[in-house]
Amino acid sequence: MRAFAELLDRLSLTASRNAKLTLVRDYLRDTPDPDRGWALAALTGDLSFEAAKPTFIRKAVEERMDPQLFWWSYDYVGDLAETVALVWPRRPGANREPELAEVVEGLKSASRAEVQRLIEGWLDAMDEPRERWALLKLMTRELRVGLTARLAKRAAAELGGIDPAEIEDLWHALHPPYEDLFAWLEGRSEKPSAENPGRFRPAMLAQAIDEAADFAKLDPADYAAEWKWDGIRVQLVREAGVRRLYTRTGDDISRTFPDVVDALFEDGVIDGELLVIRGGKVASFADLQQRLNRKSVDAKLTTAYPAGVRAYDLLVEGREDVRTLSFAERRKRLEAFVGRQGSAVIDLSPLQPFASWPELAALRAQPPAGDPQVAEGIMLKRWDSIYEAGRPKGPWFKWKRDPFLIDAVLMYAQRGHGKRSSFYSDYTFGVWAEDEVGGRALTPVGKAYFGFTDEELKAIDKFVRDNTVERFGPVRSVRAEPHAGLVFEVAFEGLQRSGRHRSGVAMRFPRINRIRWDKPPGEADELATLERMLAQMEGG
Amino acid sequence: MIRPQDLLCPKPEGLYCAPGDFYVDPVRPVGRAVITHGHGDHARAGHGAVLATEPTLDIMAERYGLGFAEAKQAAAYGEAVARDEVAVTLVPAGHVLGSAQVVVRWKGLTMVVSGDYKRRRDPTCAPFEPVAGEVFISEATFGLPVFRHPDDREEIARLLRSVAQFPERAHLVGAYALGKAQRIIALLREAGWTRPIYVHGALERLNALYRRHGVELGPLEPATTAAKKDFAGEIIVAPPSALQDRWSRRFPDPVTAFASGWMRVRARAKQRGVELPLVISDHADWDELTGTIDELRPGELWITHGREEALARWAELHGVPARALALVGYEEEGDD
Repeated sequence: MRAFAELLDRLSLTASRNAKLTLVRDYLRDTPDPDRGWALAALTGDLSFEAAKPTFIRKAVEERMDPQLFWWSYDYVGDLAETVALVWPRRPGANREPELAEVVEGLKSASRAEVQRLIEGWLDAMDEPRERWALLKLMTRELRVGLTARLAKRAAAELGGIDPAEIEDLWHALHPPYEDLFAWLEGRSEKPSAENPGRFRPAMLAQAIDEAADFAKLDPADYAAEWKWDGIRVQLVREAGVRRLYTRTGDDISRTFPDVVDALFEDGVIDGELLVIRGGKVASFADLQQRLNRKSVDAKLTTAYPAGVRAYDLLVEGREDVRTLSFAERRKRLEAFVGRQGSAVIDLSPLQPFASWPELAALRAQPPAGDPQVAEGIMLKRWDSIYEAGRPKGPWFKWKRDPFLIDAVLMYAQRGHGKRSSFYSDYTFGVWAEDEVGGRALTPVGKAYFGFTDEELKAIDKFVRDNTVERFGPVRSVRAEPHAGLVFEVAFEGLQRSGRHRSGVAMRFPRINRIRWDKPPGEADELATLERMLAQMEGG
Repeated sequence: MIRPQDLLCPKPEGLYCAPGDFYVDPVRPVGRAVITHGHGDHARAGHGAVLATEPTLDIMAERYGLGFAEAKQAAAYGEAVARDEVAVTLVPAGHVLGSAQVVVRWKGLTMVVSGDYKRRRDPTCAPFEPVAGEVFISEATFGLPVFRHPDDREEIARLLRSVAQFPERAHLVGAYALGKAQRIIALLREAGWTRPIYVHGALERLNALYRRHGVELGPLEPATTAAKKDFAGEIIVAPPSALQDRWSRRFPDPVTAFASGWMRVRARAKQRGVELPLVISDHADWDELTGTIDELRPGELWITHGREEALARWAELHGVPARALALVGYEEEGDD
């Protein structure tokens, strides 16, 4: 348990993806079965015991120590689980510290009443607060240490020197503590079988096209074009009676979308975009967000925000894996398959015919009426491409619509993390709006922390240090007046209305496009400009 | 009848001893001062006469120049020195090199001023010696039950594991220039780290002073001479203020570590962008503070600075009358 606690502690304080990979990979290498398997399950969110709520532990701690001293401690630390982990007054007589496997197996088999007693006993046996903290995180099943399931699996793949897609492909056939997986990764046994009806197949992803370099080398006749929809990528599965809806990373979201998961009448696996579709027309991403991350779903929600899948590929038809067929062949089969389902919640992502790259560029700049107007851009897929997991270079490209641009003024800068902790690298920027008394004042409209080179970062960092007005912990407010301050050209993908932002608008995917050292802040954009853009997007 | 407050009482300048006419760790210039240890908020320049241990006087001279006081008197640990009617004895506090408790005896009354102290072993200074008295005057920097410092050898082992795990990165350890930095270096040596340790320029004079007082630090190099890539796999010790300074950019993708008792609380580590918090403190943690009171069972507990309310409450609950002096001028963050 001690090594697992150390791993969680370090992951939670490490920003770099590579460093996280190293931490997890080394842990998996150095820890014996079955502990490492349970740890991997904890990191990928595949533990299956009933989560314990941390509130009971507060009662337990107050029975053991002066409530006033506990309250002062909690007030100082601010987090219940961490406070309990730190102050826990151990009762003597507890024996050795438990191994991770003992803890997980205990949590899986104990009744709710027993669980509380077990946890108190383990807390007594652990003499280091980091371990107690790890136990309290583990029992809630939500580690929140800033590591995706995908990255955890990638670390396992690195351990065996294999392609991460192989693990993704197998994952749904594997069960914690994954002893068969580790045996294979360490070359001690054959690859485990992937046969598991209803499993997730790893998705094929597109490269961003480099307009300057790629088009000259590509023949338009080799490629099919379709619109890039602004929803989330999903895989809809029906196989041997198992129905599932997965995100593109393999998270099972079937329960959140009961209206979609039942839509297939034949066995098959469809790749497509999950969207809110009202009367055949795609609604905004904000509408889809009303459906995401919901634990419970009722008829009211599914009626107000009807979800559907816009299908663009077929991976399995009946019992036949068609991923090794060409895109042209799969597309033919997809059209027939979707037609046979006759479902109101599945439609086809139409192909967009075109003869030349300039013609396609014109379509991208001015999409035809209807749904293409809210598309994020265009997808290009080679007619002869097989369906290959990962992001191979060449067969599929995404060609996003040009971003929206505005000029905004730097207002606050925050210190970055990890490598950037000595730099002010997270920027809040604003545009001009009318204040309560009719004057002109900046109102924050977004935050960005990339889009600049290391050299530019150094220059902005210096600007921030030289022009600090006030400091609040890691944040500095920066001089921002009509004739003194720094203007950023900010690029973003779209706008949404937002009650959480003072300005009433929120940007999608904002980043610094250019630094306008030359431009006086007084000439930056007005909030009215953003409101006009928003009205146009909503009108389209 | 003699009352404790006739012997020592809090004043704006610091704790004052009227029968001996001196202050303990005064925060403003006074005529006569007794200094517990060399940290800047306890040892200030400009007093008339100063009584302290020899290392503490050395540290003050290093920091402020030889003219830091008009008259200096060194006292060995355990040697009673007369100040008017009062006998003053300096006793090891275990905090940093030269740190002392001040034991004041007058007309049969004994009062012990702990100064900053810890109870753990520290290869760079003499260990704390408990002295019984009618009144124990304690610090309370970490006077909350959340502060439980782990074994420092385990923290050093965590640092060395990280160095082995990330050989392409430098490990940058923030540690206060007086005491903590030398303790970290000495602990690394005990753990078998024999490579040169690179040090920030601000540490050099105090490192040399520790060596003059017989503390082994092994090979040290200035953290300026090597090329960026040469720092890969190395350990650099620097004052905490340098961690996020532009100074730190000379190292390859550094793992930022910070050795401090405050690192026990995760939010503190996150706020400072610390990737590897090392919970190593030169102050007593909650268990040491309460354990010391239990061991000494003083007639009264006075608390000088830190989180007085929690320690006072604990003492009251355990039958020791307690009083918070609320002395000001000692930095909460400064010297750990």
